[in-house]
Amino acid sequence: MQNVLVYAGADQGALTKSAREALGAGRRLADALGATLAAVVVAADTDALAQEAIACGADRVYAVANPILSEYQPDLWVAALEAAARAASPDVVLITGDTAGKELAPRLAFRLRAGILTEVSAVAVEGGTVRWTRPVYGGKAMAVYTAKGPVVIGLRARMHDPAAPAEGRRGEVVRVELSVSPELAATRIVEKIQQALGGVRLEDARIIVAGGRGIGGPEGFKDLEALARDLGGAVGASRAACDAGWVSASLQIGQTGATVAPDLYIAIGISGASQHLAGITGAKTVIAINKDPDAPIFKRATLGVVADYKTVLPHLHAELKRILGK
Amino acid sequence: MDPATKRPVQGSAKLVMDSYAEYALEVAIQLKEKHPGSKVVAICVGDKPTDDVLRRAYALTADEAVRVWDPAWADLDSQAVAHILARTIQKLGGADLVLTGREAGDIERGVVGPTLAEELGCACATIVARVEAVEGGTAVVRREVDGGYALVSTRLPAVLTITNDETNVPRLPKVKDLMMAARKPITTLGAADLDLDPARLASPLELVDLYIPVQEGQCEIIEGDDGPAKAAALARRLHELKLV
Ligand SMILES: Cc1cc2nc3c(=O)[nH]c(=O)nc-3n(C[C@H](O)[C@H](O)[C@H](O)COP(=O)(O)OP(=O)(O)OC[C@H]3O[C@@H](n4cnc5c(N)ncnc54)[C@H](O)[C@@H]3O)c2cc1C
Ligand SMILES: Nc1ncnc2c1ncn2[C@@H]1O[C@H](COP(=O)(O)O)[C@@H](O)[C@H]1O
Repeated sequence: MQNVLVYAGADQGALTKSAREALGAGRRLADALGATLAAVVVAADTDALAQEAIACGADRVYAVANPILSEYQPDLWVAALEAAARAASPDVVLITGDTAGKELAPRLAFRLRAGILTEVSAVAVEGGTVRWTRPVYGGKAMAVYTAKGPVVIGLRARMHDPAAPAEGRRGEVVRVELSVSPELAATRIVEKIQQALGGVRLEDARIIVAGGRGIGGPEGFKDLEALARDLGGAVGASRAACDAGWVSASLQIGQTGATVAPDLYIAIGISGASQHLAGITGAKTVIAINKDPDAPIFKRATLGVVADYKTVLPHLHAELKRILGK
Repeated sequence: MDPATKRPVQGSAKLVMDSYAEYALEVAIQLKEKHPGSKVVAICVGDKPTDDVLRRAYALTADEAVRVWDPAWADLDSQAVAHILARTIQKLGGADLVLTGREAGDIERGVVGPTLAEELGCACATIVARVEAVEGGTAVVRREVDGGYALVSTRLPAVLTITNDETNVPRLPKVKDLMMAARKPITTLGAADLDLDPARLASPLELVDLYIPVQEGQCEIIEGDDGPAKAAALARRLHELKLV
């Protein structure tokens, strides 16, 4: 028997999408192992979250409630997760693949003297042993690991089917006491700044027009923006374009940028480095415009145009506008 | 990749500094320029060829370089590296700020930074794009969060894991600094110099398989005499495939 514990992170009173992905992965793992699934929720008031976690597949919820936990502060959250893990004594802790989960997982592993594996994209059980798969070397290879003891698993975002809440599921709620002082929060979030609104959020966009170093400067990105606007989509970029300062770093797509899953991804002047492709594994159709016929992006693309993008983009924009009746 | 050992084969490739560690070094150098009297020490856990990486740090004007290695070490994982780095930093007398990359470019674990903070018992801020200010025992940093960014204040000493930003693109070394770097001494430390816990050096995970996934997909190249012709053909295909 193995105990599986999932950290079910929340935002504004509801479980996050990545929490539901973790619960989905946790439920499937617990079923394959014949184990029970425990979840931990952390908040000032955990009642609704605990019920939501149960609806999403948890058999037991460790609820760490304390007025001090009204807003995410990493040091307090690590303490809360540690308290819950001490109560649950899990063999496996699954942690959501968002930015909070990324910092919580290694710190929790240290405190529990457990191993850690991050960016896990697939979970399989063979003969009672869990095999954890994750991409390595910028997504060029896949590595499969087994754990020799207790392990904290950081899940890769958007790789695990989220749990669909089922009304009427039953579970047990266990309260976990946490005595901490505000002093413990050595690192505090003082201000949260959301990305400029007005456009479509990159992560939600159905169509993305993305540019790379081949765009050549900030002016070129204005043309990409105009096309994206007319298509009802968003603009994205490679790390090279962000580093050049042509666009904000918040537009970066890839392993260390946004993970996107649009229906249509138009990559312009992007070579298609594996770290960039890691962010678009969920894209349905990829179109590449690149002047180098050997650019790796063409291996990922469905349709490709080999040309200097400057000779193509204005006409493409005009043609698409005509087709869309704009 | 060696199919038997499931390890990457270096071949004739040279070792380079980890991509995000280079951004972290750039942040450190900028802080040094802003706060005269501070010192940047580059530390690498690695065998002799890793000296190249530390020479690069010297060329980018780090003040000191320390290489930590022991012949008994092989296949250290990130938790082990963090343990060794923590003991090294303590041995060197500590630091106000410890900067690492957000994740390494080979196996992107993102484990060393946060684990190092736990090992040192100090504050930790991750995925930091900018250090806005360091003053009176606190640092104010700008970090990425889902859907935007946040200003975060963190008590010193602290570990920051650095991500790329237009403000920290690694500079190109000056020719003069490159030449000086070749002559600067690299301090070496081994297991005997550090108060290590052997239990933390053993990996709790076992690599059971490593493979290269097959690339699927066939790309249809749009033909045409010139840009406008290709553009028109692409637009037509996009419309036919109901993609727009
Ligand atoms: C740990 C790690 C994490 C990383 N994370 C990310 C990440 O999240 N996202 C990311 O994007 N990168 C990431 N990178 C960087 C990545 O490896 C590549 O360096 C980067 O994606 C390259 O960007 P690019 O394709 O725009 O530039 P380049 O590789 O320089 O490609 C530019 C392309 O534009 C083409 N081109 C040039 N001029 C024109 C023109 N006029 N018309 C048409 N085509 C033209 C060229 O043929 C070329 O293919 C990461 C790297 C590491 C080590
Ligand atoms: N062997 C090492 N020596 C020094 N620093 C390292 C070493 N391995 C990793 N790091 C640092 O830790 C960061 C994150 O690595 P990782 O947690 O392995 O993804 C890197 O960007 C480096 O700054």
